[in-house]
Amino acid sequence: MSVHIERNEAPVLPQATPLTLINDTGHAVAGDGTGGFELPEPEILKSLYRRMVVARRFDTQVTALTRQGRLATYPSALGQEACEIGSVMALRTSDWLFPTYRDTIALLTRGISPADILEAFRGDWHSGYDPKAHRTAPAATPLATQALHAVGLGTAARLKGDNTVALTFLGDGATSEGDAHEAFNFAAVWQAPVIFMVQNNQFAISVPLKKQTHARMLADKAVGYGMPGYRVDGNDAAAVYAVVSAAVERARSGHGPTLIEGLTYRIEAHTNSDDPSRYRSNDDVLAWKARDPIERLEKYLVSQNLLSEDDRSAIAAEAESLAGDIRDAMNAEVEIDPLSLFDHVYAEPRPALLEQRQFLADELSASEDKS
Amino acid sequence: MSAPTHTAPGEADSTVEQTAPKPTTMTAALNQALRDELAADPDVVIFGEDVGPLGGVFRITDRLQAEFGDDRVWDSPLAEAGIIGTAIGMAMYGMRPVVEMQFDAFSFPAFEQIVSHLAKERNRTKGRLSMPIVVRIPCAGGIGGVEHHSDSSEAYWIHTPGLTVVTPSNPADAYSMLREAIRSDDPVIFMEPKSRYWSKDTLSLPVQTAPMTKASVVQEGSDVTLLSYGPTVKTALEAARLGEGEGLSVEVIDLRSLSPFDDETVSASVRKTSRAAVIHEAAQFGGYGAEVAARVTERNFFHLSAPVLRITGFDIPFPSPKLEEFHLPTAERVLAALDTWEWEV
Ligand SMILES: Cc1ncc(C[n+]2csc(CCOP(=O)(O)OP(=O)(O)O)c2C)c(N)n1
Repeated sequence: MSVHIERNEAPVLPQATPLTLINDTGHAVAGDGTGGFELPEPEILKSLYRRMVVARRFDTQVTALTRQGRLATYPSALGQEACEIGSVMALRTSDWLFPTYRDTIALLTRGISPADILEAFRGDWHSGYDPKAHRTAPAATPLATQALHAVGLGTAARLKGDNTVALTFLGDGATSEGDAHEAFNFAAVWQAPVIFMVQNNQFAISVPLKKQTHARMLADKAVGYGMPGYRVDGNDAAAVYAVVSAAVERARSGHGPTLIEGLTYRIEAHTNSDDPSRYRSNDDVLAWKARDPIERLEKYLVSQNLLSEDDRSAIAAEAESLAGDIRDAMNAEVEIDPLSLFDHVYAEPRPALLEQRQFLADELSASEDKS
Repeated sequence: MSAPTHTAPGEADSTVEQTAPKPTTMTAALNQALRDELAADPDVVIFGEDVGPLGGVFRITDRLQAEFGDDRVWDSPLAEAGIIGTAIGMAMYGMRPVVEMQFDAFSFPAFEQIVSHLAKERNRTKGRLSMPIVVRIPCAGGIGGVEHHSDSSEAYWIHTPGLTVVTPSNPADAYSMLREAIRSDDPVIFMEPKSRYWSKDTLSLPVQTAPMTKASVVQEGSDVTLLSYGPTVKTALEAARLGEGEGLSVEVIDLRSLSPFDDETVSASVRKTSRAAVIHEAAQFGGYGAEVAARVTERNFFHLSAPVLRITGFDIPFPSPKLEEFHLPTAERVLAALDTWEWEV
């Protein structure tokens, strides 16, 4: 095994028309539009649907709790369910995910508990889950930094003889960061088993895509690094799943990285502290709402008799039960030990830090004595 | 993540055969430390700019790729954030990367990956991820390098909780400290003083010196404590020799570890001599010397006969090669500074 393997095929040139398998009106696309990708099996489609419905409920519940002041901040993923869940479902549990702050519903799909996902946004600790247990890196807040971690992890896996794949999410804004370019380049040179899933939700906070890049589209970025690029309809879970699955398969079999641009839209504000009315029109929002990823898949499934009323009520019940769990977890007062501040700075204890810990301990016991 | 298969520092090291004593440069000692760790632990990998066939611009990784193969030692693309960022991902998968930043000012493109991720991953994840990564940085001046090749970046790193920052000043420490750094589960910024690369000791390897977080008293004295590290240990020893001619008994400490700071060794010395001065090449303002002076004063105020002095580079961007001799602290400057104290008791 070696870090460097020769390129074994010419890079795929991205097409401007996004790949779609199920269109806005809920109909399966036939012919050229599919780019050779096939509609996923019915069981997969149903699972994508169920997970999207549950994820949407997660999102609306957390937004509501944020408005009530239960969470300090929350970057909503509403409208991006197809990108998030279509991508994650294409991974094996042994593969690794490198998320950003926005990818909470991707974490949910990885089986991480809502309380652990939300620990960071509530303000209890920076990251609440065990990365190794879930093969999911802590969500990155600095933009694009995690893409390099994904390349390193994928490379390490290959060097150790494992066929683990790493998928990282990036925003459209994040593609302007130097770390994104370095990650694309390292991945291509090392032929790392990595998928760069760029969620083009049109805005980086308030800055629209056209002020972010002069490129024809973000999928074009792949070409300059020598890797295949795809543009996919990011509101079509079936297409996202199909394209990411193909990229994962390609990476797993030693054929290197892929860059995928998912064309989607952020329906909610950037975070609860953002005012989107300053930079985008309501007409735009309504137009994108009409392309809702959940409704479209629902129409398709119903038209194919793949979704019964019983299925729907079971899914609704699952979503409600999750919302209840979230409310319980976020309304419960959690005690955080102030002395834990010093617990995880170094593997090896530092005398000076132990002194500062003692200082805080004394301060705490003095204030307890007073009260 | 697999446990390292090597012996812990301090245990007998069966993987390495003892060599006969011979003159050994710091570059050779570092090279041998890397070789011995590559041999001892299959999870150790080395990558960076030019570290493969060339063996690094200072030849610290000389022949390692030939000996261990290009899945253990390889040339990365030329991008420092990329080097640190990918090393972080590798550490998440159980590897122990040792990466090279070609010159210290070229570590700055990696600043974010180092301070926002390398230093923080353990903390962010409640100790569930460790970052056993060594970042080797050839540092400081004195070799006539053009701009960006001679800076001292230690103040940036020591200000970052989560990092361990060490710097050897001689071949024996270079060998021992680098092996210990590679075995540490904390990320270590390993600063290699360029001007000391070709210094020689008569050594038989492997050698184990004091733990890397400990300072060492390299010369005993009773009148003043000089606190030095990396490139300035030599300056301090010269000052001690000059001072001796003037009847001054100088104790010289090689801090070795900049973070953590070995308060114990330093305070014991300062309480004995009652005077201290710290020497570094980096600019003075907001520099490492300010931290040292404050710590030493806070802990030993009533034992001090004079304020702690700083003998440092000027507060200027690192000068061009023909001017660096005027910028770098010299033994004469150290003695002149000590002369500013009132010495009568
Ligand atoms: C390095 C860096 N600069 C600035 C920020 C502040 N910031 C947070 S999110 C954001 C916009 C990111 O946009 P994009 O990458 O498109 O992702 P999205 O939020 O739309 O999912 C900015 C500027 C940051 N987190 N990191």
